[in-house]
Amino acid sequence: MLITYHDSTSREVEIIDQEVPYPDGKLIVSRTTPSGVITHANQAFIDMSGYSLHELIGMNHSILRHPDMPAKAFKDLWDTIQSGRKWHGYVKNLRKDGAYYWVKATVIPNIRNGELMGYTSVRRKPSRSKVDSCTELYATMHPGRQI
Amino acid sequence: MSAYTLSVSPDFSPEHLSGWFIFNTWLQRQLETSLHLELYDDFDSQRRDIQLDKIDLIYANPFDAAMLVREKGFKAVVRPSNTSDETIIAVPKASLFKSIDDLTEGTIIATTHDPDVHMMGMIMIEPADLDSSNVVIVPAHSYVIVAKRLLNGQADIGFFLKEAFLDLSDLIRSQMRVLVESQIGVIHHTLLAGPGIQHLIPTISERLLAMQNEPKGRAVLDSMQISGWIRMNQEDTEFMIDLIDTLID
Repeated sequence: MLITYHDSTSREVEIIDQEVPYPDGKLIVSRTTPSGVITHANQAFIDMSGYSLHELIGMNHSILRHPDMPAKAFKDLWDTIQSGRKWHGYVKNLRKDGAYYWVKATVIPNIRNGELMGYTSVRRKPSRSKVDSCTELYATMHPGRQI
Repeated sequence: MSAYTLSVSPDFSPEHLSGWFIFNTWLQRQLETSLHLELYDDFDSQRRDIQLDKIDLIYANPFDAAMLVREKGFKAVVRPSNTSDETIIAVPKASLFKSIDDLTEGTIIATTHDPDVHMMGMIMIEPADLDSSNVVIVPAHSYVIVAKRLLNGQADIGFFLKEAFLDLSDLIRSQMRVLVESQIGVIHHTLLAGPGIQHLIPTISERLLAMQNEPKGRAVLDSMQISGWIRMNQEDTEFMIDLIDTLID
């Protein structure tokens, strides 16, 4: 499947309809530059995404976007964090092997001496009921187009 | 010369705290200055004294560290090298709950006032659609009381700092079962210096980073159940605070 991103770049990916369950007690932690390039990833991120640390560092965070996610959700994320506020949301992430995992994500801007240095994102295990309602909602928001 | 005040987050057992008296004496000699160890039974009274600028040096839990750095001008000096703060949710051994997904509305939770452990515990029950609006919180002054509430049938689950859970006697621990344990790895207690003692940070960090290499220092560390210290720079501290911020709804 060809995924086209918000910046008009695209890549061919294999999509597998298989969910990898989020493990209890773990937090996925990553940091990015202001433009979304990954600068830090913890072990849980490596385990869940299927990428190595070497592959993740320097890659744009958008590599995790699943085609079932509506572009609107990411626009809301960027509008919120670029205005200096915290963003919460439920996200279906794409793994390197084409499978997916759901997270409850929180992203905050890293402000140092009044200057934006990047973003910290923490993902945790979502409840099944939230995942089910988001699956239903996102399906109505024109997925599969540009993300 | 007036004494500086050292304090420790009140989330450890008394056995754990005894090492801090030994540390206080050791640090006093290293700095050649008077240092008074002030311990608190609860978080509220310690926070009151923080607001009154009565504490100069503090081994703070991650949640309080955020407040101390951002609001009170404290700076991180070091953190322990062998441990991060993890949370355990435990149930009585015979409990029917086998996993977080088994928990239901109305679950009774025994928890201390330890802010980061409580926060992590609440995060770990979210996958069962539980939050503060649909559970019953039973506060406890210590982790021993949390364990007692569980064993007396007054609570369904209990939130513990992992270190404190492991500090419980074998007899108490053997009557409980761990339902889930956090594996975060990047949230930890931190030794912070307040504005009044920050001129001593270079000396404090130099002595603390070297203490694991000499016998007396190592004995002090052993008594605190810490294997050594790692320097915390400003960015390490800011990162941990950002992380805590993402976890607060």
